[in-house]
Amino acid sequence: MFEQVIPAFIVGGLICVIGQLLMDLTKPSFTPAHVLVTFVTGGTILGALGLYGPLVKYAGAGASIPLSGFGYNLAKGAMEAVEKKGLMGALSGGVEASAVGIAAAVLFGYLVSVTFNPKG
Amino acid sequence: MNLKRVGNQTVVFANPPVILSSYSVVGPKEGQGPLGKTFDAVWQDNINGNTSWEIAESKMLEAAIQGAIEQTKLKSDEIDYMLAGDLLNQIISANFAARSVGLPFIGIYGACSTMALSMALGSMLIDGQFARNVVVGVSSHHDTAERQYRLPTEQGGQRAMSAQWTVTGAGSLVLAQSGTGPRITAATIGRVLDYGEKDVNNMGAAMAPAVADTILNHMHDLNRNPKDYDLIVSGDLANVGLALAKEVLKKSGLDMGNEFTDCGVLIYDSSQDVHAGASGCGCSAVVFAGNIMKKLTSGEYKRVLLVGSGALHSPTSSLQGESIPGVGHAVVIEA
Repeated sequence: MFEQVIPAFIVGGLICVIGQLLMDLTKPSFTPAHVLVTFVTGGTILGALGLYGPLVKYAGAGASIPLSGFGYNLAKGAMEAVEKKGLMGALSGGVEASAVGIAAAVLFGYLVSVTFNPKG
Repeated sequence: MNLKRVGNQTVVFANPPVILSSYSVVGPKEGQGPLGKTFDAVWQDNINGNTSWEIAESKMLEAAIQGAIEQTKLKSDEIDYMLAGDLLNQIISANFAARSVGLPFIGIYGACSTMALSMALGSMLIDGQFARNVVVGVSSHHDTAERQYRLPTEQGGQRAMSAQWTVTGAGSLVLAQSGTGPRITAATIGRVLDYGEKDVNNMGAAMAPAVADTILNHMHDLNRNPKDYDLIVSGDLANVGLALAKEVLKKSGLDMGNEFTDCGVLIYDSSQDVHAGASGCGCSAVVFAGNIMKKLTSGEYKRVLLVGSGALHSPTSSLQGESIPGVGHAVVIEA
């Protein structure tokens, strides 16, 4: 187990370090929302260039769970769908590949908002 | 015509209004701070059993105003106006508190300068013989301000080191034509200045030039210098803005000395992890209604200059990249 956990811990941690540096070294007008978008688009670009795939293979969840992993999934899904369905796949494939994550976010967000009231 | 104006921006009251009573209510963090013992009421938590922080803030302001009125033994029909304001959109905390208090209401907005502004306007109403007694009050609340001006509170985002912590607190005073207590003797209404600061996490820097400008004009109008005051206190520039204001004043030839401090520096201590210090119109209100009023009454201070400082931006204007205009309003209180 440790041969999987340690790379995941180190790579996941380093990705978070990049996020913290983005928060600390930029102007405050660079908000957490900007960090989020930077990670997703960064993961998409690295995925499209074939650089993020090896990282996921090496670090597993350490690379796939951070937001950059979501961007990587979008790029990977789009490229695979283009091979199967032609150019339309570029539009459909990304969301298809990340459907589990998106649907889970909608479902659990809905359940939590129905179950609990805000305190404040 | 007996004009009470002196110099460019200052009025001197012919019959200085008396501060008959003061009342302050704060949240737990302020209660744990170095001035904790000077407040009249400290809430156990920021919501105090209400359904939202916004309602809690409005109830806090109502409690401060009722507390100040009760201490005077005046009947409500003897109080001619309620002047109040806060930081929320359309000043809902003041509006909702006024709904319960039931007095003729003048809502005012001067961001964090609202307490000093309300004291100046209330004094003008009384000295102008438009009112016998006036109650003034302002509030701010950490969680409502955070939600409106910055980020959703649930997100738990990291705060910049120059950011100020909005005080949860409400302060109120009853001003009267006659009676015993400290008197408001003069007021200097400030100009709005903007040196192009756009960072909402650095409001102290945005307000410092306006505060310095008001202090300079005040001293010039009345031909006084900082030595004429036992305390000159801005509210609230916090650490970053106070240092800037001192620098600007020094360059203008006014050495402020140690009598110059800031409500946003006084209310918390460094162990409370508030970064640059405090802000919010409740800050100068509770520091004045608590600590400073007690020292005026005891005779420790003879003459105090309170300079309220406001950052006059809105969440929309900041998102659209506009800079933050600042203002400072000064009132002189003498024991």
